[in-house]
This record gives sequence, structure tokens and C-alpha cells, in this order.
Amino acid sequence: MEVVLVVLEMTGEEIAPSSLPAITFAQRLVERWGAVFDVLVLAGPRAGGIGGAAISFGARTVWCASADALAHPTADSAAAVCRLAMAASGASCLVGAASSFGKDMLPRAAELADLPMVSDVIALAPDASGRRFQRPMYAGNITATVEISERAAAFSVRASAFEAPRRSAAQSEVREVAFEAANLPRGTEWISADAPMQTRPDLTSARVVVSGGRPLRDAETFERLLGGLADTLGGAVGATRAAVDGGLAPNELQIGQTGKVVAPALYIAAGISGSVQHLAGMKDSGVIVAINTDPDAPIFEVADYGLVADLHQAVPELTRTLSSARPGAPAPRVEKPQG
Amino acid sequence: MKVIVPVKRVPDPYGRVRLNASGALDLADIKWVVNPFDEIALEEAVRMRERGAAVEIVAVSVGTAECEPILRTALAMGADRAVLIESAEGVGDSSTVARMLHAVIARELPDLVLMGKQAIDDDNGQVGGRVAARWGAPQATFASAIEVSTDGKSATITREVDSGRETLRVTLPAVITTDLRLNEPRYVALPAILRARSKPLDRIAAATLGEMPAARLSVVRMEAPESRRRGRRVGSVAELVSALRDEAKVI
Repeated sequence: MEVVLVVLEMTGEEIAPSSLPAITFAQRLVERWGAVFDVLVLAGPRAGGIGGAAISFGARTVWCASADALAHPTADSAAAVCRLAMAASGASCLVGAASSFGKDMLPRAAELADLPMVSDVIALAPDASGRRFQRPMYAGNITATVEISERAAAFSVRASAFEAPRRSAAQSEVREVAFEAANLPRGTEWISADAPMQTRPDLTSARVVVSGGRPLRDAETFERLLGGLADTLGGAVGATRAAVDGGLAPNELQIGQTGKVVAPALYIAAGISGSVQHLAGMKDSGVIVAINTDPDAPIFEVADYGLVADLHQAVPELTRTLSSARPGAPAPRVEKPQG
Repeated sequence: MKVIVPVKRVPDPYGRVRLNASGALDLADIKWVVNPFDEIALEEAVRMRERGAAVEIVAVSVGTAECEPILRTALAMGADRAVLIESAEGVGDSSTVARMLHAVIARELPDLVLMGKQAIDDDNGQVGGRVAARWGAPQATFASAIEVSTDGKSATITREVDSGRETLRVTLPAVITTDLRLNEPRYVALPAILRARSKPLDRIAAATLGEMPAARLSVVRMEAPESRRRGRRVGSVAELVSALRDEAKVI
């Protein structure tokens, strides 16, 4: 019987919700294969009890790997620990979210374990072999069905294509991955990271995303207009590559082929022309609204509702209308946020 | 310092990719270019040399003779020489490509392998990490800034990650993959293109690099994704709000 190992990520001392769709994929895979899955949690030295958060998803075993070096796991250490955990659990498959962590570490782990890898899985293909999967190519212009030759592979899972995992009544056993921290690779030293901004919902799992492009002119206008609308709707803010390149928004807000991929219930694109690369990151959204002065902008071809208007007037008007129409909604922020 | 820059031949990202009637890529009208992320890697290597760090830049590609123009472009951008790993029967999967590149790396012994974080055709993003694993070297992916230490023994990299930016230091040799904002590749002028014609371009038959396992991942079908139902125009913000509330019911 195959064992599928799912590696979860941490944000601080909690399991990152954005990594949970990897469990959803594994649940479907083992159902199809008649297999079982284990979970691996990489954590820093104070990992006591951290595995507990992962015991209710129906995994056979939750493996915890804890070491100083894993407080900010680098690809070489994380991949080495994945390989050890695969050996301990007898896993033939490794699954993780296609986040920046997964996209960094999983190919390395796949090579260490000598496995093929399916990047950015969006679906299990309806195929009797159970070895076919769907994934986007060419900036989402093509959906490919790919086949692995055996039931042994690594997978990075596109989080926006899978819902949250099922909970299970049975609890998983929790075990430690045995390893010598001193034997982990030492060629990479983690120096620092930006403190994550926690003022808005996570972009990849937000129900509403308000996104903008270069016409927002500057960072202050970008934040005031789009941030104001996003806060009125309880949503997250996204940006095009041009807006990030132009210094209007930080890089972690970039949506597109090489940025984040989102599929919120509502996506509002303000001043976005709709390049193929941007569409690749948002065209699976539930309802798309486009606000643009150019009536021929390609974004209107994917929009459910298109408003040909200047965003500098339309967005504040939309914010005002929504906040007055929803008395129960949180009031829009009047202060300029710090940072 | 010696830098190897693997480059991939891909369809122009600004062109439109279509499938023909038999479900294969429609190759008519496709303009082939250097993968944009690899172009950024080349530019970075050239800048390292201009700052006095890189000594030799070797561009490497895997594929048929059709990849030669891509390698000539790399030479025109500033690579000193190029290596084509010739593989007539296709290049296999990412694992095979990594093995082939690693075989050349093991011969060339560079201090740094600098390459794109992903190719914009298959969007797999696997080769960098796989090469690093096979080479037993540290890796820093998604680089938006790279600083090589003055002794050439380590590099400090700013990476673009989901939560913002992260800084790592790796010992060299290492693999660094490039993100969009690392630099803006220079425009290649005609004299450089002419000079590139006389730079060395070696061909190595893939079969001479040792046994390569058969690809274990294959594309069995390609199709256009389901297109969205065309929406409609609204005439005002008020009309938009009532459509979102009463029709789409998302607010």
C-alpha cells in the first residue's frame, strides 16, 4: 500500500492555513489509490504540541521534525528532512503546497528521493490508472494532463484549486522524525525576513481581492484607494507586476503567472489591462469586476461586470456606496496605515 | 569566478499560444526566445563580470540544433562560450534535464549556477532545485538581489517569498535562480550580435553524458482551459453594486 507524505508549513508557531490544501489533494489521492497518508511538520526547537494541530485530518501518522535550523527552514535542510521522513514513513510520494516554500524546497526533495514531480497540480484527472493529473502550462493558456509512470512522485499543489481538507473523527498518532541536527546541510544561512503584514486577510485565501495596476500612480494612492475598498469588503489587496515594479505595492502582493495565484469569490481589477501573465493568476476567481478607462482592455473579456470608468473616481465611489449600504460592515479606515 | 547560465528556448511570452486540431502546440508563427528568467540570469552574470566578480560565463542549453540561435543570443549578451547538450529524442522531464546539466557542471566546476526560477512554457520550476540537489550545493531561489562576497566564497541573496522578502547567505558553489526584479536585461546591439558569431559554441551529445533514465512524467493531453462566460458592461457604480448584490450575490 502506498504512503503519501504531506509536508506542512508553519507561520510562526502555527500551521500555515495556506498549506492545508495539500492535505485535501492527498485525501483525494489516497482515496483513489486505496493508500494512506502521513503528515510532516517542520518546526523550530519549541515544537512541543505542534503536531497536535494536524492530527484531525485522517493522517495515519503526524511526523514532527524539530530543530533550531528548522525555525526558518531553508531548502537544503527542509529537503533533507523530507527525505528522512519519507524513509521513516515508507512514503513513495511527497506532497506540499505550491507556495514559495514548496516551490523552493519540493524540487530539491524530489531529486533527493529520485522522483518525478508534478508542479502546480489543479486536479486529479478522471482516469482509471490514477496516475494522471491536471496542471496549467503557458501562463494558464493550456491545461495539460500529465501522467506519472508509477505511483511515486512529488506534487506541488495549487492551493486555490482545492478547498480546505475534511476533518476526521479519528486522531493520528504523533511521532518524531529521528535525525541529527548537526548532520543537516550547513551551506545556507537564514539571515532575515520582512515581518509579515497581518492587517488584512491572506491574499491566497481571501474571499475578496481588490487588485490594481500602474494607473494608481503612487504607493499612497494605491493603498488609499484599493486598501480602502478592500477593508470595506473585508478583503485582501493584490497588484500587477507593473504596479510592483513601479514601487506602488510590495512584491508579496503580485498576482500572476510568476506571482501568487488567487481564486476569491470576488475579484475587483482596477486599472488593470489584463495581460496573459496577470490573467494566469486570477481568472479562476468566482466573479470578476473590471474597472478601466480603456473599453478595449483584455480584462473585460474575462470580467463578469465591466465598468468603463476612471478608477480614481469609481473606486472611492464604490467604497462609499458599499460602506453606506452595509451598516453592519466595518467602517472604512480613515487613518493612513503605517508602513 | 566561473558562472554557468543554463538557458531554455521558449515561445515568445508576448505571443499567443494555440493548439492545433490534433491538440498539439501550433508551431506556426511562434517566435522563439531565451526564457525571460534565464535572460535575467545572463544579465546578472554579465553585471557580476562588469563589477569584477565573474571571470567566465558559460551558457548551456539542452535540446536540438534549434537551440543554437538561443545560445548565440546568450553569447551576444555577454557569455564567453556556449555549450549545447544535443538531445534529438526530446529532453525528457525536469529530472533528465537536471541530470544533463549536472553532468556538464561536474566537468566545468563553476562557482555559481545562475538560472531562471522557471521557464515560461511548461512553468514547472523544478530544474534549479534539482540541479542543486544533484550537485550537493546550497540553493537560493527567486532572487531579487545578489551580492557575491569579495573573497568569492559566499553570496548574500534577497529572495521574493510569499510573505515579502527574505535574505539568505549561501556558501559557493551554489545554485541561484532569478526572479523578475533582479535586473532589466540590456538591449543587445548589432556589433555584439556580430561578435557572438565568432565565440565558441561546443556541442556535446547527450548520450555521452552517461545513462539517462527514461522520462517518468509525460504530457498526455493539452487543451485550452474552459473559457469564462462573457460578462456584461455596467453603466455606473450604482448599477455595479446592485449587480454584485442582487445578481451575483457576492456582497
